[in-house]
Amino acid sequence: MAANLHISISAETLTKFGSLNFSNSLFTSTIVTILMLIFFVLVNRSLDSKKKKPGALQNLAEFIIEGFSGMVQGVTGDEKKTRFFMPFFISFFLFVLFNNWFGLLPGVGTVGFKETISGTEHAVLLENKVSIPVSEVQASTEEVANEEAVIEDHGKKDGEEFVETETRRGFVPYLRAGTADLNTTLALGLFSQVMAQIIGVKYLGLSYFKKFFNFKDPIMFFVGILELVSEFSKILSYAFRLFGNIFAGEVLLVVISALIPLVVPMPFYGLELFVGFIQALVFALLSLVFFNVATISHDDH
Amino acid sequence: MYTEIAIGMVMSIGMIGPAIGLGLLVGKGLEAIGRNPEAAGKIQTNMILGMAFTEAIAIYALVVALILKFV
Repeated sequence: MAANLHISISAETLTKFGSLNFSNSLFTSTIVTILMLIFFVLVNRSLDSKKKKPGALQNLAEFIIEGFSGMVQGVTGDEKKTRFFMPFFISFFLFVLFNNWFGLLPGVGTVGFKETISGTEHAVLLENKVSIPVSEVQASTEEVANEEAVIEDHGKKDGEEFVETETRRGFVPYLRAGTADLNTTLALGLFSQVMAQIIGVKYLGLSYFKKFFNFKDPIMFFVGILELVSEFSKILSYAFRLFGNIFAGEVLLVVISALIPLVVPMPFYGLELFVGFIQALVFALLSLVFFNVATISHDDH
Repeated sequence: MYTEIAIGMVMSIGMIGPAIGLGLLVGKGLEAIGRNPEAAGKIQTNMILGMAFTEAIAIYALVVALILKFV
């Protein structure tokens, strides 16, 4: 049964532009980005000060923005900072949220095409480093034929096993949740951390780097090294948290639906909706908190 | 077969710490809300942030297990 499940930890390649792989998760996040752009352009078009009553679209957008502005205000406690951090917070939140939820739509990860394997079986075997000990067989000419037969048999079995796995791996879904790919989450984490440094320099000037390189006393010097390491570990933390949660959710849904396809996966589906929301909120909130920490001078607190 | 045992051990041992941590976190959070129900919103936000940090440690073990299994 386990052989029928299609689980791949890395995103599959749809097409190639030169040496650049266009993966299905990149395709999905592009779709999400375009949908979000269309939504916000529509909201912008619908804004009209001459109208007395705001439309449904405007109400929805105001609901989102007002709800989050209260939350951001609670973290920063400063009107100017809130206005500056709001766009980052909302774009992180909405992008991660819709990417998480896109992976739960029916057809994502199930509709796809079979990749055709080019090359002979031997070449494919070589590619995957399934080595049949040909040299060993040739070297041991003194051995009885029966041993050789055993080795040959073993080799054949390897080949068969391999062909089976290849047909399974050859399946490429058109769509895959964008955040279920480590590349996407790593890019988001990198962006968030780099932005935190830029914001730190913007608010504190070059004295921001006193946090990392402090030569006044030895204790602060080592604290600075720890701070520097923690800045890099935050990137990994962002990337693995989001990727792990979303990918693990997909694996969970696949396994549960393979075990009992009827009714039973439904509560897990609800759980995944909740996890997708919470993880989007956590990502946005954490980057907001780190932005805010970067603006506070080290001597003040 | 050793890989399967390794996966099981990564998950089982790796989950002990985060499980204790999450239990303590939520327990203390609820205690704090019980003592001061007006501060529920603030406590909740910070509790969820702390839970995300704690959960991240469990997720590291999960990622290692997934890599062992599928790569």
